[in-house]
Amino acid sequence: MKRYNEEHEWVEVQEDIASIGISNYAVEQLGDITFIELPELDTNVSIGDSVAFIESVKAASDIYTPVSGNVSEINESLLDEPESLNENALNITIFKIKLSDVSELDSLMSEEEYTTFCATL
Amino acid sequence: MQELLKTPLYGRQQELKTKNVSFCGWDMPIQFDGIINEHGYCRENVALFDTSHMGEFFFKGNIKTSGINEATSINIEALRVQKCKYGFLLNEHGGVIDDLIIYKLSPDELMIVVNASRRQIDFDTITSRMTSGTLKDESLNYAKLDVQGPNSKDILQKYFDIDLDELKFFSFVQTKIFQEDCILSRTGYTGELGYELYVNSSTSVKLWDALIKDGVKPAGLGARDILRLEMGYSLYGNDLNENISPLEANLSMFVNLKRQYVGMDALSKQKEDGLKRILLPFKTTSRRSARKDFHAFQDGVNVGFVTSGAYSPIAKCGIGFVMITIDKFNENKAFELRDERGKIDANIATLPFIKK
Repeated sequence: MKRYNEEHEWVEVQEDIASIGISNYAVEQLGDITFIELPELDTNVSIGDSVAFIESVKAASDIYTPVSGNVSEINESLLDEPESLNENALNITIFKIKLSDVSELDSLMSEEEYTTFCATL
Repeated sequence: MQELLKTPLYGRQQELKTKNVSFCGWDMPIQFDGIINEHGYCRENVALFDTSHMGEFFFKGNIKTSGINEATSINIEALRVQKCKYGFLLNEHGGVIDDLIIYKLSPDELMIVVNASRRQIDFDTITSRMTSGTLKDESLNYAKLDVQGPNSKDILQKYFDIDLDELKFFSFVQTKIFQEDCILSRTGYTGELGYELYVNSSTSVKLWDALIKDGVKPAGLGARDILRLEMGYSLYGNDLNENISPLEANLSMFVNLKRQYVGMDALSKQKEDGLKRILLPFKTTSRRSARKDFHAFQDGVNVGFVTSGAYSPIAKCGIGFVMITIDKFNENKAFELRDERGKIDANIATLPFIKK
């Protein structure tokens, strides 16, 4: 089950590892994605930190981590093919975080809540 | 806020999945099915752009004695009928009030095509420089469709009796389409084989429908911006404005300094004194693209600012123009483009950005 923050990142947790990506709404707003900068491996990040960066033909945008912890994996294939996010944002993990505080997940929106949230934008 | 203007094709476009933006007072589609896809249609096949927001003025009078020939940098007197030419409406200081194209319809009739954002100031300025003749702003009675791409000729040929192969670059004909008046011009803003069609509102809707049925894909302002930038064409408001002269914009090939017109003396003086800054094309060393107003730094010194920037799907890097302070800059050395987020490495490039 994915959960979402208000900055349009999704997170999906297995045990204590969170996979993080961006939502369809984010991709829709950005348009064709042309560049991505990934977080640094093995750095500690706090919920809400700007940890990565995306550029599209229309805009530049930060990626804010929806959870705190240690960056345990980054998807380097996106460096050469950032446009794959346009096709399949919900199935592409941009980076993974080893969670430091599982309770943070409660502050995030469910899929349904997120859909409602997007409708207000 | 004033209500946005809509082109005659607004309804048709809304039936498609467009994203619209407010552009120079108009509600215009920035994209249809994706900027990079649309860019590809134009480069590889054929794309349809609604550019009805642009302004059309019609002049009638004596070219030689009315003042019109000194109103802009374009030598209309020397221009042949059925030819059009690109040039500038300048202020007294040599700054660019607008860039425009003048069509010579007959020995004493012109169509002047201007940018949407500059329509009023252009009209007022040109009128103030005329001592006789008439100038009418017909912008809201004209729609304009640009059909651009290697297959544009084959698509359009069936709508016209004339052989489109006979229509040379920067030539046009006054003809008919769907029994209505049409100015068909072999021009465009993409660098591809292409045509611009000036028609009335209802004809533009018929033509849009027919071309879509022919398989031509609509493209928006986003793709148009990348296409023009790949060719190194200037965009008014970015690369040109009232404080930038055509010489500084690196467009000296479009200004004749041996002819009298408003702003020419200032340009001559600028040339004599030597330029202090000049617009140069750059490429980034990555997929990152700098945008308008990024600052350029070389060896820690601020050497200029970006006026246009985009990602080129063909060059596969960022491309753009940077206004460089000449005495601070070594164009053979790399530099950085910066905003508050960080820096992008770049080098000076040659135009066009992509090989055609």
